[in-house]
Amino acid sequence: MEKSMERFYAAFAALGVPSIVPQLILMLVVASLVILFISVSVMFMIWWERKISAHIQVRYGPMRVGGWHGWAQSIADGIKLLIKEDVIPAGADKLVFALAPMVVFAAALAAYVIIPFGPNLIVRDLNIGVLFYISISSLTVVGIIMAGWSSNNKYSVLGALRSAAQAVSYEVPLVVSILGVIMTVGSLSMIQIVEAQQRIWFVIPQFVGFLIYLTAALAECNRLPFDIPEAESELVAGFHVEYSGMRFAIFFLAEYANMFTVAAIATTLFLGGWHGPLLPPWLWFLIKTYFIIFVMMWLRWTLARLRVDQLMNLGWKVLLPLAFLNMGITGLVLVLLG
Amino acid sequence: MTVIQVVFFLVAAFTTAAAFLVVLAKNIVHCAIALVFTFFGVAALYVLLDAEFLAAVQVLLYVGGITILLLFAIMLTSRISARGVKIMNEQVGVSAVVVFAIFALMAIASLKGFALVGSPPPASYATASLGRLLLTTYVLPFEAVSILLLAAMVGAIILARREREKD
Repeated sequence: MEKSMERFYAAFAALGVPSIVPQLILMLVVASLVILFISVSVMFMIWWERKISAHIQVRYGPMRVGGWHGWAQSIADGIKLLIKEDVIPAGADKLVFALAPMVVFAAALAAYVIIPFGPNLIVRDLNIGVLFYISISSLTVVGIIMAGWSSNNKYSVLGALRSAAQAVSYEVPLVVSILGVIMTVGSLSMIQIVEAQQRIWFVIPQFVGFLIYLTAALAECNRLPFDIPEAESELVAGFHVEYSGMRFAIFFLAEYANMFTVAAIATTLFLGGWHGPLLPPWLWFLIKTYFIIFVMMWLRWTLARLRVDQLMNLGWKVLLPLAFLNMGITGLVLVLLG
Repeated sequence: MTVIQVVFFLVAAFTTAAAFLVVLAKNIVHCAIALVFTFFGVAALYVLLDAEFLAAVQVLLYVGGITILLLFAIMLTSRISARGVKIMNEQVGVSAVVVFAIFALMAIASLKGFALVGSPPPASYATASLGRLLLTTYVLPFEAVSILLLAAMVGAIILARREREKD
């Protein structure tokens, strides 16, 4: 891997081109690969979610498009969204309306920089690793508020405000729940966190942290039972009521891409990342990540939606004290063990 | 000009343009959104200075926390976002003098150069050394700031409660 990179750089250096050119080419290639992965994975996740929801409700779900169990349904839906007319409401703030999906998608895309798919399969092993994800994911909320406000629709503003309130309250327990792992490893780097789990996965010593992370992550992704920002029965669709066609598709893509990120971070921090017997590392990583995604979908079609006050109570009065307790106990144990 | 310099000027131009938009936009929501981009540009400058931790915290706190609370306040204030805001008032002259004075001061200071306060920490351990410094050498100012923030928070809650009692 590194040898071929060196050869790649050397080929350009021999031509007398400044080193920024091959770097830019490499960045473009990696970014395209990530976008390709996101699109394929999201299309699969949407089909999968429809199948899971259908089977939980004793239906079959999509069966016709593509033949085998309707596998091409998401592709057909994607093409439909692509060729739909681009509608911007007359009362909307056009610039902000157009910018909002881009902000949300950029935030979702940037998070993929630190996902370690395998020992060498990471875009960049930043030394601030997890912190990078936490900070970049807060950008999503800005995009959601932009979308909600610029639509000039009371449902979307309500959805955006709820989403912001929820994200701000659940970000705190999410960060604190991760701290237990970071304190044990002593590093923020994703690669080092995975390597520290060679012998034991952190889900065992940090079980409380894992549960808090998973709960807070569900809320961060606005998924049931925490999907108050887009509660269909009261807000139609929340912040993206006025969006249609490709712009709506970008929101949808970002939402599922975020789900994958959240599950991948959970795999890295608590489930030992790419560690596992027999199968290649990247396959283990994907298996674990998609298992967490499956749990998230399973919860969505099993539990009922929480009320706004219940949601805030759970976040501030249950999850946050628990997360602090977990952090304190972890610190105490680490000090006692030396 | 090296690549880093080109990137620096691009980021600096972006940040300054966004900052101008914060001051000059007629719609207060546009101001707040431009502020997000300004903070993001500042974070990019931190990355250029090898201060990744500071950059991440900048985005986390200023973009994820403060601007969102700002947007919240704007949206909960009825009809403020529909009306245009006045961007000039009678103190334009005075503030122009102050701004130019500060700008001149900063220009002179940066032309003369700053002396280093301490030896810079090794870049790869920036996060760990920052944490260690905060809990050893600078623990007193750190705690003082925490108490100040706590006091401000309690004050804000008391003010908000009094408002509600009046209703």
